[in-house]
Amino acid sequence: MVRIAVIRFPGSNCDLDVVHVLKNVLGVEASLVWHKEFKALGYDGVVLPGGFSYGDYLRSGAIAARSPALEHVKVMADNGLPVLGICNGFQILVEAGILPGALLPNENLKFICKWVCIRCDNGWTAFTWGIPEGKVLHIPIAHKEGRYFNDEAELERLSRKRMIVFRYTDWKGEAVPEANPNGSVRNIAGICNEKGNILGLMPHPERASEELLSPNRNADGLLLFKSMAEYVKR
Amino acid sequence: MAPSRLRKVPEGVSLTSKEVAWIRRKLGREPNPVEWGMFDIMYSEHCSYKSSRPVLKILPSKGPKVIVGPGYDSGIVDLGDGYVVAFKVESHNHPSAIEPYNGAATGIGGIVRDILCVGARPVALLDSLRFGSLQSPHSRWLFRYVVKGIADYGNCIGVPTVAGEVEFDQSFEKNCLVNVACVGIARKEDIILAEFKNPGDIIVLIGGSTGRDGIHGVTFASKTLSEESEADRPAVQIGDPFMKKLLIEAVLEALKTGFVSGVKDLGGGGLTCATSEMSAKGGVGVEINLDRVHVREEGMNAYELMLSESQERMLFAVKPEGLKTVLEVLEKYEIPYSVLGKVVEGGLLKADFKGETVINVPAELVARAPIIRRKAKKPLESQDKLKTLKPSQPENLRKTFLELLSSQNISSREWVYRQYDHEVGVRTVVKPGDGDATVLRLIDVPKAVAVTFDANSRHSALDPFSGHAGALAEAARNLVCVGAEPLAYTDCCNFGNPEKPEVFWQFKRGIEGLASMSKGLKIPCVGGNVSFYNEDEETGLAVKPTTTIVMVGLIEKLDYITTMSLKEAGDALIIVGTTLPEMGGSEYYHEILKFNGGEPPKASVRREKATIKTVLKAIRKGLVKAAHDCSKGGLAAALAVMAVKGKHGLNVNLERIPSLKVGRLDELLFSESYARVLLEVPKRKVEKVLKIASKSGASASQIGEVTDREAFTLKLKGKPVIDCSLSELEEAWLTPIPKALEGSPA
Repeated sequence: MVRIAVIRFPGSNCDLDVVHVLKNVLGVEASLVWHKEFKALGYDGVVLPGGFSYGDYLRSGAIAARSPALEHVKVMADNGLPVLGICNGFQILVEAGILPGALLPNENLKFICKWVCIRCDNGWTAFTWGIPEGKVLHIPIAHKEGRYFNDEAELERLSRKRMIVFRYTDWKGEAVPEANPNGSVRNIAGICNEKGNILGLMPHPERASEELLSPNRNADGLLLFKSMAEYVKR
Repeated sequence: MAPSRLRKVPEGVSLTSKEVAWIRRKLGREPNPVEWGMFDIMYSEHCSYKSSRPVLKILPSKGPKVIVGPGYDSGIVDLGDGYVVAFKVESHNHPSAIEPYNGAATGIGGIVRDILCVGARPVALLDSLRFGSLQSPHSRWLFRYVVKGIADYGNCIGVPTVAGEVEFDQSFEKNCLVNVACVGIARKEDIILAEFKNPGDIIVLIGGSTGRDGIHGVTFASKTLSEESEADRPAVQIGDPFMKKLLIEAVLEALKTGFVSGVKDLGGGGLTCATSEMSAKGGVGVEINLDRVHVREEGMNAYELMLSESQERMLFAVKPEGLKTVLEVLEKYEIPYSVLGKVVEGGLLKADFKGETVINVPAELVARAPIIRRKAKKPLESQDKLKTLKPSQPENLRKTFLELLSSQNISSREWVYRQYDHEVGVRTVVKPGDGDATVLRLIDVPKAVAVTFDANSRHSALDPFSGHAGALAEAARNLVCVGAEPLAYTDCCNFGNPEKPEVFWQFKRGIEGLASMSKGLKIPCVGGNVSFYNEDEETGLAVKPTTTIVMVGLIEKLDYITTMSLKEAGDALIIVGTTLPEMGGSEYYHEILKFNGGEPPKASVRREKATIKTVLKAIRKGLVKAAHDCSKGGLAAALAVMAVKGKHGLNVNLERIPSLKVGRLDELLFSESYARVLLEVPKRKVEKVLKIASKSGASASQIGEVTDREAFTLKLKGKPVIDCSLSELEEAWLTPIPKALEGSPA
């Protein structure tokens, strides 16, 4: 049976939501693990959930990135196991230097909670291989510091190595400026590492994993968790 | 003691001479300064409800599903299948008027603790906000920072802010109203109460450290705001949502150990309130040592320690054999704590500090202030206002309609709820703005609860009885519109100075109205909060009487869930309920015609019952695709919102609307008569719905249809009265608040 760890940092608040989706919707084994007790051994994958770890003090994700748990996350990543950072989890991965770039305050300087469209631009990662490239997913965002930024050279590298996995788009899948909720450079919503086993994204797939909760009655977010579980089985 | 000495009020104490005499007589001695401080806060209006208690007693509070009613930290209602819902409302008006960001944020912090105290996981927050006109820079400043305070706090602790309302009216210019509510879900067997029960239990203070902030916050909230109130800013507490989030998880984990026998939050009145109320409730005493309190400032004295309202603190009573286990949980989350003392037999509240006994009083005497019977007198002016002649109807109703749709009290609140995380917790099925109420599913059973927060201060100002009854009925209607059966409510009363007989009359009449509708609809009250002294000291002007209602409903089957957006071209539009020319207090009179008189809507239990029964039955039989109640802006505004949300046009024949005594088109379109709901129904099911209505005793009529065109057309005998495009409606309805706030640096 697939075993996924969901790390709880002080201030994580989407941890139980991810556990719910993994356990009750997808039917895999999911353990909520306190960050100080987290060890790489014994898990097939790990999720860093959203929230406000350490109250976003200093910078979002900056303090959690120094937790000993992150050393274990790196070990798992190096072993090719899937590592998923959602929202604050993405911020932590970036702060820990596991994924490149930075997440700046939204362009309007406000928290934004909203359902948006994102397009899958790389169907070869551990989290998207069940998703056709070009598919538009309907999924909510909820963050204040989610404006992805990187310099042009790095962006070129990300693009060349197909590390840009999700972009904000309109319903047709066009990455137009109006579809960009927070001012992210190149409409970037999520990126992965070169190997494709580490993904960080600002939108919340766990909130879009059941038809009941989606305004359009789909469950697009579940595709990411499904891919993750299938990837482990392979 | 000589009577004159008995009644002499000590310096710095804001009690009445009667109260100080009562305390001295009961105690048989002169209280020391620390004890005076404790009486002072516990006998404040905010803590004691001394003026409101005799009036609030008339609200029905019993029902087959009520588990815990008024008098505890939150009301608790049975949801079946072993689950309960706990909810509570509180005002944070005074602090928010002085320091909107922290005032509102700590309002959220406090209300979350109330839910936590009964052993429930907080799953939703609601906010009901009132400010002066949106045109006023001061009001925009308050509005912007209150919303930011709620967003920053609520988002951080991971409790979604899912529903609420905002009203703008001149009477709130100096005294904004910030009412916040929290909803929690628990297993029935996990409920715990804020009582000390077992002598020998250990008392542990947990959470944030104690400082000098918020001292006398409740006495501050029990007087009118004045120029000097700015100097009271230190009485506003500072919130720490990160500590709160740790506290939530630590408390829930600690309760799971089974070793915690009582919990209470430290809010208004701090340690004084928590220790005295828990002892009085349990009929026991308590002995604590104040040297042990973990502090953030040096040199605090006993008075400050007992009265501080520092945030993020809670008090536990722990069974001695489980102390170690409970403390381990706190240590895991790095929650500071101090073991203060123990529960003892008898009823004395005793505290030592630096080797001396500094407090030694009966807990009951501190916790239960004697009630004050206030005089109520009907104000004269309310009579005259009703009799004024009607203003004439504007020439261009189309233009008037668009203006009304963009008025400050009708236009979309999206700017507010976009800033709130309303999705965290994966429970939010019907999101803010999509239905008349927000729907939250339960995770483990296929059921859902619906929540709504309503009030109508303008109707209440003209007729407190009917306005209050109407607000309660509107809350019930909102729940029914999403397919829920109303279970219970809690109320938050916001009034001026109760020492003024005219203000007290408004309060008394309002509660009588609430009681009458509550009895009529058989929806019990399970708790509440009262905030008096919401008036401007300079002008003596009080806020419009405003009792906000938080109501919770149960959705037995997820199939019943209904939203307000129009779904499909070709469907019929039905209105349930009768329209009357009840224009007083309407947004139309107030904002468009600038007229403050007129007859406000009359609440009728019979009509509300008939409408509620019809809508609920039709929804449960699967006949309804969209439902929306008619409130501010009347029928025309309600239709417009359904069209905009669903991106569908519509055609309505106004002559088909059931009405009584309506002689003018503007009355038909914009009257805010109660007990009316609009339904979208597939054509072949129209007859069934009309039959249900006639059986339930409600008037109902098919008034038009949904189209797939861009046009929103209201016709009278074939002639268009209002003819707009959907994009015109969108522009009018969606943009006013962002324009007012983002277009102006304030």
